[in-house]
Amino acid sequence: MVKQAAAGRPNHLFRNLNSKIASIPMILVATVIFLGGTIWTVFYSFTNSRLLPRLSFVGIEQYERLWASSRWIISIQNLAIYGILSLIFSLVIGFMLAALMDQKIRFENTFRTIFLYPFALSFIVTGLVWQWVLNPEFGVQSVVRSLGWTSFSFDPLYNPQIVIYGILIAALWQGTGLVMCLMLAGLRGIDEDIWKAARVDGIPMWRTYLFVVIPMMRPVFVTTLVIIASGIVKVYDLVVAQTSGGPGNASEVPAKYVYDYMFQAQNLGQGFAASTMMLLTVAIIIIPWAYLEFGGRKRG
Amino acid sequence: MNIRAMAATLAATVALPFGLANATDLEVTHWWTSGGEAAAVGELAKAFDATGNKWIDGAIAGSGSTARPIMISRITGGDPMGATQFNHGRQAEELVQEGLMRDLTEVAEKGKWKEVIRPASLLDSCTIDGKIYCAPVNIHSWQWLWLSNDAFKTAGVPVPKDWNEFVAAAPKLKEAGIQPLALGGQPWQANGLFDTLIISIGGKEIYEKVYQEKDAEVAAGPEMAKIFQAASQARDMAKGSNVQDWNQATNMVITGKAGGQIMGDWAQGEFQIAGKTAGTDYSCLPGLGLNEYLATGGDAFYFPLIEDEEKSKAQDILAETIVDPKVQVAFNLKKGSLPVRGDVDVAAANDCMKKGIDILAKGSVLISTDQLLSQDTQKQKEDLMSEFFASTSITPEDAQKRFVDIIASAD
Amino acid sequence: MADIGTLNRTAAGFDAVADRVASGPRGRRPRRALSPRNIMLYGTLFVAALYYLLPLYVMVVTSLKGMPEIRMGNIFSPPMEITFEPWVKAWAEACTGLNCDGLSRGFWNSVRILVPSVVVSIAVASVSGYSLANWRFKGSELFFSILIIGAFIPYQVMIYPVVIVLRELGVYGTLTGLVIVHTIFGMPILTLLFRNYFASLPVELFKAARIDGAGFWSIYFRIMLPMALPIFVVAMILQVTGIWNDFLFGVVFTRPDTYPMTVQLNNIVNSVQGVKEYNVNMAATLLTGAVPLIVYFVSGRLFVRGIAAGAVKG
Repeated sequence: MVKQAAAGRPNHLFRNLNSKIASIPMILVATVIFLGGTIWTVFYSFTNSRLLPRLSFVGIEQYERLWASSRWIISIQNLAIYGILSLIFSLVIGFMLAALMDQKIRFENTFRTIFLYPFALSFIVTGLVWQWVLNPEFGVQSVVRSLGWTSFSFDPLYNPQIVIYGILIAALWQGTGLVMCLMLAGLRGIDEDIWKAARVDGIPMWRTYLFVVIPMMRPVFVTTLVIIASGIVKVYDLVVAQTSGGPGNASEVPAKYVYDYMFQAQNLGQGFAASTMMLLTVAIIIIPWAYLEFGGRKRG
Repeated sequence: MNIRAMAATLAATVALPFGLANATDLEVTHWWTSGGEAAAVGELAKAFDATGNKWIDGAIAGSGSTARPIMISRITGGDPMGATQFNHGRQAEELVQEGLMRDLTEVAEKGKWKEVIRPASLLDSCTIDGKIYCAPVNIHSWQWLWLSNDAFKTAGVPVPKDWNEFVAAAPKLKEAGIQPLALGGQPWQANGLFDTLIISIGGKEIYEKVYQEKDAEVAAGPEMAKIFQAASQARDMAKGSNVQDWNQATNMVITGKAGGQIMGDWAQGEFQIAGKTAGTDYSCLPGLGLNEYLATGGDAFYFPLIEDEEKSKAQDILAETIVDPKVQVAFNLKKGSLPVRGDVDVAAANDCMKKGIDILAKGSVLISTDQLLSQDTQKQKEDLMSEFFASTSITPEDAQKRFVDIIASAD
Repeated sequence: MADIGTLNRTAAGFDAVADRVASGPRGRRPRRALSPRNIMLYGTLFVAALYYLLPLYVMVVTSLKGMPEIRMGNIFSPPMEITFEPWVKAWAEACTGLNCDGLSRGFWNSVRILVPSVVVSIAVASVSGYSLANWRFKGSELFFSILIIGAFIPYQVMIYPVVIVLRELGVYGTLTGLVIVHTIFGMPILTLLFRNYFASLPVELFKAARIDGAGFWSIYFRIMLPMALPIFVVAMILQVTGIWNDFLFGVVFTRPDTYPMTVQLNNIVNSVQGVKEYNVNMAATLLTGAVPLIVYFVSGRLFVRGIAAGAVKG
């Protein structure tokens, strides 16, 4: 610092030079891959590129077709249902488990390992296992029927009306353990004095959680939200492994539409148009938030 | 814990350089992984290895729709395989136009492909700007109804002679606790079933009008409405077959759990592997027993352009091998498909294959949808059909309306 | 150098705080063993544990049954006759196309992909997180925001641009290419973790080192790195799991002789020869999941500790 000052404050570019050099990979990834890839994708969504990207522009034709496609509409609806429910249930179940785990229980390690281990398994594996458990011929349904309740019917993977909930069950199984861990870490960061003070004031436990502890855990919730939400938008493998989008189109999701149209239908333009709509939705939700969270505030 | 694996890895690394002094390795990607298919690929590999080269098998499981994106990414990414399977038709069209595929014209002329390969449409779809870019390996047709003789015996009805009788027998099958029609959940299966109904119930003209000339008026007409009604019947008959893969559905027919399945002639390979005999254990009805026309598609091998003299030579040899008469017979007997050459002896073929060969010889041949329609249009049809067959909430009339839209914008 | 000594002491003190924070549960003390509260508490935990354990149980039980027994029905019943044949078949004999050597080939391929990818991705992300937390420069937060938004982009959408970039770099289909891909897509979440962690360290540490004249790299290696062990463990666990479980990149960016285990798993599960061999599928699934599972069983404790030690502080 002293040396720098003596050199008479070099120009902007060379300040923090080492830091800039060290950040080159990050800058490249952010600009070339994420930003560049996005711009490239948006650009080619206005062409009628088929198997290979071609510069023959067709205006917004791809978008008109996209929004006229019933499969796309179903995909969006599914993502909305899946997204909202998965967000709510992940947070609620994750927090409840963490709160239970934080009651000075015995066998904490065992319980934590049990809740967390599914996160070690890929979505492909998760999908396969739950396909098996929910299979009406072998799984839950047939077992309950064999116990005597013969009219029992639970076949979410073969019923278009409820198939998305079958996927949700599997997704929660895989992901809530991680949420629980994050929440537990957050709870452990709360000062013991807060609990003491609440007890002295005679505030019931649930109110302490709801009005004191949870607001204090804001950073934990932010990290958790990023992780859950990014997982929701990206949901693909699980659907492919569990239902392949079926029955019919009933469990299709946007990421699968993109992939199928880009590569199977060999219609890059259509796939890119769908990608662009996904990116746009993400951007509308994320950018204001990311700006507030990471961009606006200056620190250290 | 991994001594075995380590030994295997070691063995592999040691064995490779020894065994193959002059041989060229050629990586071949394909999606043939069911029992019958794998056996057939084994024949190809054996024949290629006999030329002194080595077939490196690059099977990708999960049907063409899983495999093709991977193949295309690798070719466009500049890391091509030695050879790759595609369906006859337009799947690789743009890759060829982009100059990413090897020109096989010389090999084709040497082997007189133009004279021996029939129907000519197969070679036509390999030909772009007068040059030949792929080696056809087999002929497949979709228009087959496979019936389990056992299932009908159990239900106490005679084995149907055509689609209409099958529909009439469906209630009896249901009573006997047998699934009338087996249908896998993957979209391409519903799509293929529907196209089969067009040819077999609607006939040659309507098929050509709709798919070749893309005539939206015909697609909206009363003739097509009849086919959508038939599809709706098929939908009722297929209700409850909770399987995904085509060969799981075929297996239901093999074991007598289902009455029948509409599936391409590749199903034949599964019956064969299961040790079943055509005529006694199962029956096959080309053209659903109504209109004995076959739409001839199939598979072909494409050879990406590789700047490596040795590999290119090996590619030419593989192309020759694929069309070789002996290989054609050996491969297609295992696969259940028909050879691409008219001049080979298929005395070993079973009843079903002979029926197919006869139809081919009569010239009752149509061009397959893979050749007529782009992948994009095919995918849209698949989306529609899989939705239609999965849920009764779409009426045949609604489905037809959406079908007309697809045809109107088809290319 | 006396200052560094002080710093180390401060660091040790901080560690002790983190230890306390990370270890002890904080609720009210339990009273009687069989109070209604305890019954509720353990009852709920027990039921939840059943839901989480059920699929694993089904997997293990199914993988030990023969096919005839599976066809008879109940997936929850324990095997009448234990057989290890499905495991042997999944590991060494299951076929895809012409290759009948099961998952064994894929295991070493996965290891070869895993090790460099984990090392490189964590190294890059930790340095980025460090410079974001301690050495901000104009625009650094903007790049970081882009990166975070990048975390929300489905991989499938980015495949095409990435194929083009790798082709232009001439590394498509090589191990280097695959390592780059894993580094790129691991970067958003990892950088977020490291940035938050380094930002949560007492800023006095950093300032004192600066006064001592330590520069970017010497602070990173001599002060930050030794203190960042908990978060490195978290990052490592996340990356080992993510990369080991990856299917999409593994299949698009490799060749058959270098396919990772997940691709082979897909091949085995989807190559149906006649009937689905559920027992072999389950054994293959367990074998493929074994590495990340062991990592979790062994280091699950460190995982929570690491997260508690700063990853979740904003």
